Amino acid sequence: MSEVRGDVAVLENPKGSGPQSELRRAARVMVAARWPVFAVIFLTVAAIAATLGSWLAPFDPNRQNLVLRLADPMTAGPDGGVFLLGSDALGRDVFSRLLYGARVSLTVGFAAITVGGTIGIVAGLLSGYFGGWLDDLIMRLGDIQLAFPFILLAIMFLVVLGSGVWNLILVLGVGQWVTYARIVRADTLSLREKEFVEAARAMGDSTLSIIFRTILPNILAPLTVIASFNVASVILSEAALSFLGLGVPPDVPTWGSMLAESRDTLVANKWWLAVFPGVAIMLTVLSFNILGDWLRDFLDPRLRERT
Amino acid sequence: MGAYIVRRLLQSIIVIIGVTLVSFLALQAGGDPTYLFVSERASTEEIEATRRALGFDRPLHEQYLGFVGDLTRGDFGQSLSYRQPAMEIVLDALPATIELTLFAMILALILAIPLGVLAAINRGTAWDGSITTMSMVGQSIPSFWMGIMMILFFGLYIRLFPISGNVPFLKPLLAGDFGVAFSNLPRTLYHLVLPGIAVGTYSLARNTRLVRSSLLEVLEQDYVRTARSKGIAELRVLVHHALRNAWLPVVTIIGLEFGFLLGGVVVVETVFSYPGIGRLLFAAINQRDIPLVQAGVILLASIFIVLNLLVDLVYVRLDPRVKLDGGRG
Repeated sequence: MSEVRGDVAVLENPKGSGPQSELRRAARVMVAARWPVFAVIFLTVAAIAATLGSWLAPFDPNRQNLVLRLADPMTAGPDGGVFLLGSDALGRDVFSRLLYGARVSLTVGFAAITVGGTIGIVAGLLSGYFGGWLDDLIMRLGDIQLAFPFILLAIMFLVVLGSGVWNLILVLGVGQWVTYARIVRADTLSLREKEFVEAARAMGDSTLSIIFRTILPNILAPLTVIASFNVASVILSEAALSFLGLGVPPDVPTWGSMLAESRDTLVANKWWLAVFPGVAIMLTVLSFNILGDWLRDFLDPRLRERT
Repeated sequence: MGAYIVRRLLQSIIVIIGVTLVSFLALQAGGDPTYLFVSERASTEEIEATRRALGFDRPLHEQYLGFVGDLTRGDFGQSLSYRQPAMEIVLDALPATIELTLFAMILALILAIPLGVLAAINRGTAWDGSITTMSMVGQSIPSFWMGIMMILFFGLYIRLFPISGNVPFLKPLLAGDFGVAFSNLPRTLYHLVLPGIAVGTYSLARNTRLVRSSLLEVLEQDYVRTARSKGIAELRVLVHHALRNAWLPVVTIIGLEFGFLLGGVVVVETVFSYPGIGRLLFAAINQRDIPLVQAGVILLASIFIVLNLLVDLVYVRLDPRVKLDGGRG
């Protein structure tokens, strides 16, 4: 099979399995779909803001300027700087706070799915491989958790545990494990009977080695799709919880808490306080959703039914 | 059928017990809960007296059994900030929340079905492209931000819709005051427009994608091809053959929908100063009024569980192919 791109004929690797041809196929699917390219660009920018925010920010995000409160976007700030996106009710620079907010959103997003993914993968592997009462116990626990509206669970625990990045990660992470566990379990069930697992068993590999070295690597790919959608929904939940005042401590700027603060000046039409943090959340979440869609189409169109 | 209903009922009861256990443990998760109930300047004796009065000195399992015992008698404890039974306060705010949730749900369904169908039958065209893109965006907007943007635009800029409050409809209706209820109805709906859109956008986007993919799948089935090749008009094929079977996944999510909507309701009510359970919970969170939070959470969770149970039972009646013995795993 060949395809003509301009004057270059791209020949597909006949086996289609080399890592290089896979990468090339990934890139081609991505460029053809167009949107994923924008998503990757935006997420790169967000990642840079999250890691280098303290150097890139023109001002200290918590520095108050009582004289320059509620300054319009693009007006002069202190020390010859410019409030690119205006200043808030305490005279803090909105742009600098947005950059710092990226750190919280992305850190919490990734850390929470790492927690949830790890619990879910281990639970799903054990459930699918051993079956029996363990399987029953794990899956019924999952049913119970899913029957409980997640946001209420999160609210309840955060009210009591108090706010903080770690509590947020823990609560949001534990909220996600069931999704991973169900998918891993189903895949483990079908892989358990495959020849290569039989072979590992026949060669005397330990049960742990079979589960984590033989089965686990074969079920990871579809999980990246789930993880991508999951980061999106975790970031949405984090924003909602921060908006309710249940997120991180008040001295840490987050997109959700910036929106909560913007409500007081809404009637005075200080639109920039309400617009920019929301746009930041929307674009981040949208990018992860687009990326998830692309990964799904790339890896296996049949996955559509499961998500 | 009978056995299935009994098993689903038992399952729901176990889940509700799980909910009470979680609400109970949440109270204990932060250490000795006594400190939530006393002022910061309370003396050691006062703290000790409160601990004994509220039973926090007893072993955990005894406390839990006591807690569940109280719940079954309808006693959810006293709200710390209102000094009234917590459940009374929550029940008082429930009708407004139901109005908002129903409004958002109906809005999401009524618009999602035509949009999804439109996208599916025009697969690959500009219609499909823009509807799918819009629903992707709709799923990425935080509901509370949607609310804030609408307040900014519709409420303050073009001043078309009210941006706060609620005119009760269900409450006078339940009190038997039909005249008041129905004369209120137009203003009730008018006040629901903005918060309803804010809450419903995410569901609308999700449902649109679901209707589209579910219809696309059905349209590829053999019986649809058969119907077409028999020369039946395309519209009839769509309505009588395809949509009938595309309903099923949509029915399943109506129950789950409530859970998704709840997440939005809690924050959106706060944005619009809408007097429902969400705003009540928000205030209770800020005042650390744990009994009130517990009562609200348990009530909402129970409604969610009962709705899911009903949806499952309706589903069995709608689709005779559903296996009754294998569960949903």
